[in-house]
Amino acid sequence: MIKIRAEKDLWAGLLYVLLAAAFLWFGRDLKMGAASRMGPGYFPLTLSWILGAFGVISIVRSFVADGSAIGRIAWKQLALITAAVMAFGFLIDTAGLMFALPALVIISALASQQSVYDLKSLLVLVGLTVFCIIVFVKGLGVPMPILGSWFEHAAVVAPQR
Amino acid sequence: MDIFANLLLGLQISMTPVNLLYALIGCFLGTAIGVLPGLGPAATIAMLLPATFAMPPVTALIMLAGIFYGAQYGGSTTAILVNLPGETSSVVTALDGHQMARQGKAGRALATAALASFFAGTVCTLLIALFAPPLAEVALKFGPAEYFSLMVLGLIASIVLAHGSILHALGMIVLGLLLGLIGTDVNSGLQRYTFDLPELSDGIGFVIVAMGMFGVGEIVANLQQEASRDVSINEVKGLWPTKEDFRRMIAPTLRGTALGSILGILPGGGAALASFGAYALEKKVSRNRHEFGKGAIEGVAAPESANNAGAQMSFIPMLTLGIPANPVMALMIGAMIIQGIQPGPSVMTEQPTLFWGLIVSMWIGNLMLLVLNLPLIGMWVKMITIPYRYLFPMIIVFCAIGVFSLNNAHFDVYLMALFGVIGYVFKKLDCEPAPLLLGFILGPMMEEFLRRALLLSKGDPLVLLTRPISAGMLALALILLALVLLPSFSVTREEAFQEE
Repeated sequence: MIKIRAEKDLWAGLLYVLLAAAFLWFGRDLKMGAASRMGPGYFPLTLSWILGAFGVISIVRSFVADGSAIGRIAWKQLALITAAVMAFGFLIDTAGLMFALPALVIISALASQQSVYDLKSLLVLVGLTVFCIIVFVKGLGVPMPILGSWFEHAAVVAPQR
Repeated sequence: MDIFANLLLGLQISMTPVNLLYALIGCFLGTAIGVLPGLGPAATIAMLLPATFAMPPVTALIMLAGIFYGAQYGGSTTAILVNLPGETSSVVTALDGHQMARQGKAGRALATAALASFFAGTVCTLLIALFAPPLAEVALKFGPAEYFSLMVLGLIASIVLAHGSILHALGMIVLGLLLGLIGTDVNSGLQRYTFDLPELSDGIGFVIVAMGMFGVGEIVANLQQEASRDVSINEVKGLWPTKEDFRRMIAPTLRGTALGSILGILPGGGAALASFGAYALEKKVSRNRHEFGKGAIEGVAAPESANNAGAQMSFIPMLTLGIPANPVMALMIGAMIIQGIQPGPSVMTEQPTLFWGLIVSMWIGNLMLLVLNLPLIGMWVKMITIPYRYLFPMIIVFCAIGVFSLNNAHFDVYLMALFGVIGYVFKKLDCEPAPLLLGFILGPMMEEFLRRALLLSKGDPLVLLTRPISAGMLALALILLALVLLPSFSVTREEAFQEE
C-alpha cells in the first residue's frame, strides 16, 4: 500500500494539475502559431504544460518525501468572511453603502470567537460607517451610492442631501 | 557634479508643502500598520491605491513609499516593547530589543533602532542616487531578449531568497503568469480566458488579486489561530543612548547597512532577509557576542539598519528596470502604470522630477520618522492594545471599498472574495502568495518581450543565449537555481529562516 507522506504536497499538486488542465481546456481554441510569430495560445498553453508538470512532481513527491499534514481548515471563518465580502458586493449598488458596510462588518464579526456584541461595538460600527461616508464618498469623491437603487423612490419623498 | 544638481532638483520637488504632507501621511500610516500585527505594507498600499488616482504621480509614489519604510520602523517598535514583531523584518529585533526593554532600557533600544535605521536610510539614499543612473543607462540598451532573461532571473532570484518550498514557489509563479494573461491579447485582440465576461476583458486588476490574497485570505488565516494578546508595557523613559551605547552601535550599524544594501538590490531579498543576515553576522563577529539574546545593543542596531537598507535598496530594480523585487514594489509599479507612466529605465530620463523627487523624499521621510517616532511612542503603544476583533472587520471594509472604487463594479468585489478563498487555500498548502503576485505582474510583459525577441530572431530561441547580457542573466538564474537545489545550501537556507 502506498502511503501519502506529505498531504500538503499532494493537494497542491492536484490543484496545479487541475488548474493546468483548466487553462489547457479553455485555451484549446487559441492558436499556437510558430515561434517566430507567437500566436495567442503559445505562451499560455506552454505555461499550462509547465504548471501541470510541477503538479505531477509535487504529487509524486508527496509519496516519496515526508511533509506536513494539512491540519484543521477554518471552514466557518472562510465561509463567513467570503459571505461578508459577497454581501458587500451585492448590497453596495442595491441598498447602498449605509447598509452594505454594516452587513459586511456584522457577518465578518461572526467569524471571530472573540467578537462581543455590546453598545461599544455598535458605536464603533456607527462611527466607522459615518467615517467611510465622509472620507470616501464626500472627501475622496468615490462614486458609491450612500443609499442604493432600492431607495430611489423613497429619495423622491425625502431627497438626499 | 551631476548628482548634486539631481539631488537639488529632488529636494525642490519633495519640499513642496503637498509632497511633504503626503510623505508625512505615508510615514504615519506606515508606522501605524507596522505596529499593528496582521496588516502588512502590501495590503495597506493595495487598499490606498485607489485613493492615489487623483494625486499627481510623484505625490502618490511618495506617500506609498512612506508607507513601506514607515512599516519597518513601526514593526520594530512593537518588537522591542511587547516582543510582538509587527513585520517579519523585525522578528530578530525582538530577540535582543525586548530583552533590553525588560531591563528597563526600552527607550535606549527604541532610539538605537531609530538612529540605526536613519543612518541606513541616509546611506541608501546616496547609494541610489549614485548607482541608479548608470544602471538605467545600461538598461536602456536592453532589447526584448535581455528583458525577458532579466525577468526570468528576477523570478528565480525571488524564489531563492524567499522561504518555503522551491517547487511551490515555481508553481505559484507559473500560475501567476497564467492569471496575468487573462483578458484581451494585445497582439491578436482575442479574448483569452474571459468566459465572455466584459468585466474580464481588461484582465484582472492586480489590486484585486493583492487585496484578496494578502488582505482577505490573511484574515481568515489569522482568525483560525486567534489568540488573545496579552499586552503589558512598562513605561518608556530615558530615550537617549549613552556614550557607551553609541560606541557599541557604530560598527554593527555600518555592517548592517552594507549587508542590507547588497541583499536589498536582489529580487526577493528586501528587508526580512537582510535583518536575519545582519543578526547572524553580528553574532559571529561581535566582541560582545556572549551578550546576544540577553539584551545586546548590537542585536538591535544591526538588523534595524539592515532592514531599512534592504527596504530602500529594493527601489533600485523597480526604478531602473521596472522589475519588482517584492510584492510592495509590484504594487508601486502598478501605481505607476495606473498613473500612465511606463516603468523602466526611461523613467529617469523622461520623468526626472518623479525619479529624484521620490529618492530625496525617502531621506526626508526617514528624518520625519526619526522625529515622529520617539515622541509619539505613547500613541503607538496604545495602538498595540487595539484588539484584533475590532481591526479585521475594518480591514475588510477598506479592502472592499478600495476594490469597488477601482471601476465602481461590484463584480470586482466578488472577484476579491474569490481570491481571498484562493489565498487561504494556498496558504494552507504552504504555497506563498508573493511569487504568484510577481508572476501576475510580469506575465503580460514577459509574453510581449518573448514574442518580440523571437520575432526579431525569426523564431530561433537561441537568441536568448547568443546575446551576451541575456545569456549571462540566464546563466546566473541557472546557477541560483542549482545552488538552492544543492543539499548543503538548502540546509543553510532553512537555518536562516529558522529563527522566525
